Amino acid sequence: MAEETLAGQVLKQVLKLHGLPMSSCTTRVMICLHEKGVEFELVPVDLFTGQHKQPPFLDKNPFGQIPVLEDGDLTIFESRAITQYISEKYKDQGTDLVHPGSLEQCTMVKVWSEVESHQFNPVISPIIYQFFVEPLQGKSPDQAIVDENLEKLRMVLDVYEERLGKTKYLAGDFFSLADLHHMPFLFYFMKTPWSSVVDERAKVKAWWEDISSRDAFKKVAEGMKFGEN
Amino acid sequence: MAVIKVHGIPLSTAAARVIACLNEKGLEFDLIPVDMGSGEHKKEPFLSLSPFGQVPAFEDGDLKLFESRAITKYIAQEYGDKGTPLLASGKEMAIVSVWMEVEAHQYDPVAMKLAWELALKPHFGMQVDDAVVAENEEKLGKVLDIYEARLSVSKYLGGDVFTLADLHHLPTLSYLMNTQAKKLFEPRPKVSAWVADIFSRPAWRKFLELREQK
Repeated sequence: MAEETLAGQVLKQVLKLHGLPMSSCTTRVMICLHEKGVEFELVPVDLFTGQHKQPPFLDKNPFGQIPVLEDGDLTIFESRAITQYISEKYKDQGTDLVHPGSLEQCTMVKVWSEVESHQFNPVISPIIYQFFVEPLQGKSPDQAIVDENLEKLRMVLDVYEERLGKTKYLAGDFFSLADLHHMPFLFYFMKTPWSSVVDERAKVKAWWEDISSRDAFKKVAEGMKFGEN
Repeated sequence: MAVIKVHGIPLSTAAARVIACLNEKGLEFDLIPVDMGSGEHKKEPFLSLSPFGQVPAFEDGDLKLFESRAITKYIAQEYGDKGTPLLASGKEMAIVSVWMEVEAHQYDPVAMKLAWELALKPHFGMQVDDAVVAENEEKLGKVLDIYEARLSVSKYLGGDVFTLADLHHLPTLSYLMNTQAKKLFEPRPKVSAWVADIFSRPAWRKFLELREQK
């Protein structure tokens, strides 16, 4: 955190996270900040009026998406770049999320973080979108899209089931960013009618119960009321 | 036999990503072909190396990895003092990270759909889906507008020097520039210049020679 002097007082400049407390990508970063014990200010972005698609927000993230992190004069976007930055910068405090001290461990974190990005995320996010977002726009979920992606998700989680039979968490016997990145979408998925896809896989279910019981996650989950009043 | 092994084929964009990275580092490796036509990648023993059944799989001594962008990050870190530095440090690394995620989440899903339709399907004698092409050409155009603005203030995507953030784009770009999708690049001069620059790198040219042979 940068320090600046104002009227003789030394103030710590707090990280600013632009986003919303129910947004999956924002909460991905918030869970990480809580795991590392890093103070931050959540600056709400009004998606309904399109604040994210205009300047000045577009100057912070030209792709017009939340979240954005401001750390002094550094502005970064893409939730998984933000979590990586926080995990490295604050590596000496809170939970060790990337294990820089061990080549094998930090490499496994990279592998299973890529798995979340490229195998898990593309199949779970359409399901979450159909179930939670379409109704907000007055539409019914497209069951064909849901079914197609549930089938793919089952295949992905079969691989996780086998993996979690060998290691306690995805990258190894330690909780890491690789597990953390899954949490927002998994939390919402467990509120859909298709949560049995997780419950039917004993190791995946146990893993989810373990990681969702972490204090950092519970703090963030309080604000994750998507589609609930 | 070399210590480093890449299981895959040069046609695969993900395998190409890894080979380009190894070339940038000047590292020797064995390319072990995988017979994808007969589904070798969906069976053992390949699945033990890459459990989602995708190429490439990668070995460096006892270390066995999969997911091309984890492999390139591993290579760039482990062999940091060899060949081209492909990462950065401190705040500069944060920016490189951002643009690596942009490639993975904003660019690649769209570029891969287009490369599949326009370059790979014809190669396999499959029917091109014009609706998918039109939809993804429009999406790619919007992404490239953002790249044009970025490359107007930065020589490369991650900053002043070539990094993994640029390298990860090479395989799909190489397919797209040989199809009708190249029309999306022509009206964007900064993007076009960046593409020409990264295509001219010896490490990439060495990969293209390999792809020609195989």
